[in-house]
Amino acid sequence: MCLAIPARVDDIAADGETATVAVGDVSKTISLALVDDIRVGDYVLVHVGYALNVISPDEAEKTLALFAEAGRVGGGNG
Amino acid sequence: MKYIDDFRRADLARRIATALADEVDRRRDYRLMEFCGGHTHAIFRYGVQDLVPDNIRFVHGPGCPVCVLPAARIDAAIHLALQHDVILCTYADLMRVPADRRMSLQQARAAGADVRMVYSTRDALMIARDNPGRETVFFAIGFETTTPPTAVAIKQAQAEQLQNFSVFCNHVLTPAAMRCLLETSDDSLSLDGFLGPSHVSTVIGWQPYAAIAETYRRPIVIAGFEPLDIMQSTLMLVRQINAGRHDVENEYTRVVSRAGNTKAQQLVNDVMMLRESFEWRGLGAVPASALRLRPAYAAFDAEQRFELPVTRSREVSGCECPSILRGIMAPPECKLFGTACTPDNPLGSCMVSSEGACAAYWSYRRPRQSVSDRDVPAATAG
Repeated sequence: MCLAIPARVDDIAADGETATVAVGDVSKTISLALVDDIRVGDYVLVHVGYALNVISPDEAEKTLALFAEAGRVGGGNG
Repeated sequence: MKYIDDFRRADLARRIATALADEVDRRRDYRLMEFCGGHTHAIFRYGVQDLVPDNIRFVHGPGCPVCVLPAARIDAAIHLALQHDVILCTYADLMRVPADRRMSLQQARAAGADVRMVYSTRDALMIARDNPGRETVFFAIGFETTTPPTAVAIKQAQAEQLQNFSVFCNHVLTPAAMRCLLETSDDSLSLDGFLGPSHVSTVIGWQPYAAIAETYRRPIVIAGFEPLDIMQSTLMLVRQINAGRHDVENEYTRVVSRAGNTKAQQLVNDVMMLRESFEWRGLGAVPASALRLRPAYAAFDAEQRFELPVTRSREVSGCECPSILRGIMAPPECKLFGTACTPDNPLGSCMVSSEGACAAYWSYRRPRQSVSDRDVPAATAG
């Protein structure tokens, strides 16, 4: 129920209220009522037809780097 | 797909698995509750339990909205559809949950009720606009993730002066349930920490858990729903437990901040207020754990607009959903599991929802491989 999927914003309607987003090859219109300052090219988290939040590319990179570090931090042989 | 595939990479999973194997204290167990059904589902689907050392146990929590909704509320929704002849709009997850006399919304529909599955509250509004002569009720359920879209729909209906739209509100609150579990559980649950909610926290932020971690001295790590997020968060919990810490930490930094989505919180706060108490399947009556519409929005409140029966929720005899939702029983310990109760013919809510613990066991459970067979390095720590 709380599942939400990352989607790329491809187009924003003239009134700023909805956006067309792409999830893989699927295109969908969603509401932007819960978020501010969305730009084309942003990735947003989509839940039941609404953008819940913008995904931070920098934080995503940092988290992936943390995963790669994991085996080393503990002094293991990974 | 971006932000999905990277968080499922096997090579990175091996690294985290190595760190976990190195860092766990073999002399103890780690009992970690994943609060959300989304985590339960991912743990089973990706075999996370088999990638972590044996002394880490995932205990499945009550974070499945369909599972915790008491049957009486479904009875009320069926009553709305059958007796008041409304168009009842619902998320698909709720369709097959058995309520009183094993009647579900799906069966109500077969009996002539106008029950419609919607993907979004926006669809429910569309149905109301298209059917001006009929009452349309949106059966709203879900945690904090799903509440803001309901609030937006109510505001929209008010702006459009949509006279035939209302909401049967059953939105519930995560921190209240977490507190209740810790407050009322005896030693049998004995949790060492929590994998905290992902998308709930996107909305409410990680700050609301700080008081819980402090009061109950349990570490909480806000964890994304992808398998690597869960593994990394497990590692973060193990490190906290080993160090004797009980802080709130945030693994899911790409979408969760301290304060969360304040715009969404404000919308919810405008439209809804706390209920004094709300009944949860498994947890019983939990104070200040759910939301209702504010009096200013009474015109859009189905509980104000329609006479609804107040019934008592009864479980199917032998169904252990309440104990499973509290984490004190595992699905195979229920004698109905896999015999009388299957996804094709579910008797309890935990078998209906794909996020329910019973459905997860049924869909993905496999015999655990022996340690030597595993595709991860063996433990080196003593």
